[in-house]
Amino acid sequence: MTNTTSTTEPALGGAAGAAAPSPDVAGATDAGRASRPPRKRRRAAWGVMSTREKVLRYVLLVVVLFITIGPFLWQLSTSLKGTGEDIYTANPSFIPTQPTFGNYLRVGEAIPVFGYIGNSLVVAAIDVLGNILFATLAGFALARLQWRFRKAVLGLFLATLVLPGEATIISQFVTVKDLGLADSLVGVALPGMIAALNVLLMFNAFRQIPEEIDQAAVMDGANALQRLRYISLPAVQGTIAVIAIFSFIGAWDDFLWPLIVLQSPDKLTLTVGLQYLQGTFATDQRMIAAGTMIAFIPIAVIFAILQRFFFKGVEEGGVKG
Amino acid sequence: MRANRWFTPWLLVLPALVWLLAFSLWPSINTVRLSFTNASPLGGVSQWVGLQNFETLLADPQVWEALLNSVIYMAVCLPLLTVLPLLMAVLVERKLPGIAFFRTAYYTPVIASAVVVGLIWNWILDDRGVINEMAQHLGIVQSSIPFLTDRWLLVFSAISLTVWKGLGYYMIIFLAALGNVGKDLHEAAALDGAGSVRRFWSVTMPGVRGTMTLVGILVCVSALRVFSELYILTNGTGGPGGQDNSLVMLIQQYARGFTGNLGYASALSLLLFVVTLIPMLALARMNSKADK
Repeated sequence: MTNTTSTTEPALGGAAGAAAPSPDVAGATDAGRASRPPRKRRRAAWGVMSTREKVLRYVLLVVVLFITIGPFLWQLSTSLKGTGEDIYTANPSFIPTQPTFGNYLRVGEAIPVFGYIGNSLVVAAIDVLGNILFATLAGFALARLQWRFRKAVLGLFLATLVLPGEATIISQFVTVKDLGLADSLVGVALPGMIAALNVLLMFNAFRQIPEEIDQAAVMDGANALQRLRYISLPAVQGTIAVIAIFSFIGAWDDFLWPLIVLQSPDKLTLTVGLQYLQGTFATDQRMIAAGTMIAFIPIAVIFAILQRFFFKGVEEGGVKG
Repeated sequence: MRANRWFTPWLLVLPALVWLLAFSLWPSINTVRLSFTNASPLGGVSQWVGLQNFETLLADPQVWEALLNSVIYMAVCLPLLTVLPLLMAVLVERKLPGIAFFRTAYYTPVIASAVVVGLIWNWILDDRGVINEMAQHLGIVQSSIPFLTDRWLLVFSAISLTVWKGLGYYMIIFLAALGNVGKDLHEAAALDGAGSVRRFWSVTMPGVRGTMTLVGILVCVSALRVFSELYILTNGTGGPGGQDNSLVMLIQQYARGFTGNLGYASALSLLLFVVTLIPMLALARMNSKADK
């Protein structure tokens, strides 16, 4: 983010995830080399870090790391501990002495966990596809086409951001109920299928493409859809990735809305099912731990794979508000 | 530029516009209408009851307890979640080897579901969980600390969960803001002999003041909207005697079953909306004054 080279190498960002930090290492050595000519000495003062500061930074980084992911590791450890192992001991050990996947199997016996995963995936798929498709179309029309009422419609999308979602959740439920979609997965997925925030994110991304490129395409006789497909779309892939990631996470993690909409035990999404697991098997911490890991691990893996798109999107200004 | 056919933009924007009308604008209006009725979650005919829901609401001790919890929630979250994430952002700002790993790891609690996070903390804060077992073993306390059963401790347990889950989220917002703080200023200050602490106060802080206001608003609003943390830690009951509810917890409880009342839940929703406007307006005003 502080590195000047990162902006000049958009193509490198598409390489393997491990490659992401390497341009910065190169940047640091560049700065070191550049410190020799006297007029660039300023840069060196900020760019080079003393060994003491480096050590201190890494110590702090590890401390914060322990705070942020320690609880997940503790839960993972509990979920792998065998029933013969005392999980309440005063000398807790991170490494299970009798590691077993038995707790995961028992979750499957207690609740239809694969059905719940399937339900969550259905909801997430609808929301991801809906947001990518419709936010792209709307964002494009708002940013790249000239039409009357464009500003008014844009203002409408902006205005709804002020509304806290929980304040309209009751009447949303009434709407879904009136549509005959209460207690259905479509009912869970429907309201989140197009989010105003995503329309605005796409608007913002499309707006940053230089106008001249569009004008040249118009000269060549390209219509609106062709300009979207061949000119604008390739330039906003980062924002689309961010929207996809967050639509998936939002749908997968959501709890309040499915809790209100769903009633039938077989239609629950994973988060609501997990809460049911806790309510029913509250005393079996190993099993609850296994259940939370089943919900957590897929999303952690997806995020770990896609994180470079996300942080790239952040640097492009997607989250600046 | 040649004008496209007049209906092309409308076609493109239509689905999103329909959704906006059906799932944002109409529900806002309908919430107001419903709050004057006694609509039931089970359907049937609803009757116009005038201001009765609002009268009940003002006399409802649970509502006042929920508001008190929210004020405590805000008061604790606001300083913690505006300062700690900024420090974290400063920590991960400089690109050291492996920094991408740390950034991703710090963001992990954000992507986890509040239910997952709630269940993890439920186990950590349990009567026989790791904190209580360790504290007793080390002789810090004699009997276990009732993190999940005491009326007040429950609120603070939920707050610790919200803060922990929010650190990474606000860190990213600050990280984006730090990128905009001029490197030249840092260089100039360093050249003048300013140490890193001095640079933080004189260069970083003024550069991110606007972002701090934005984060402050977001923190307050999300503190007022808290639901999952309290729901999971109290197993849906709202704590002893329902004293650990938030407004959203109450809304959810009135949305279901035979005792449910969508009219009353809508009145609570309107209260929630009004309450969330207060920190927005207050902090926006503070910011505009500071600019003068």
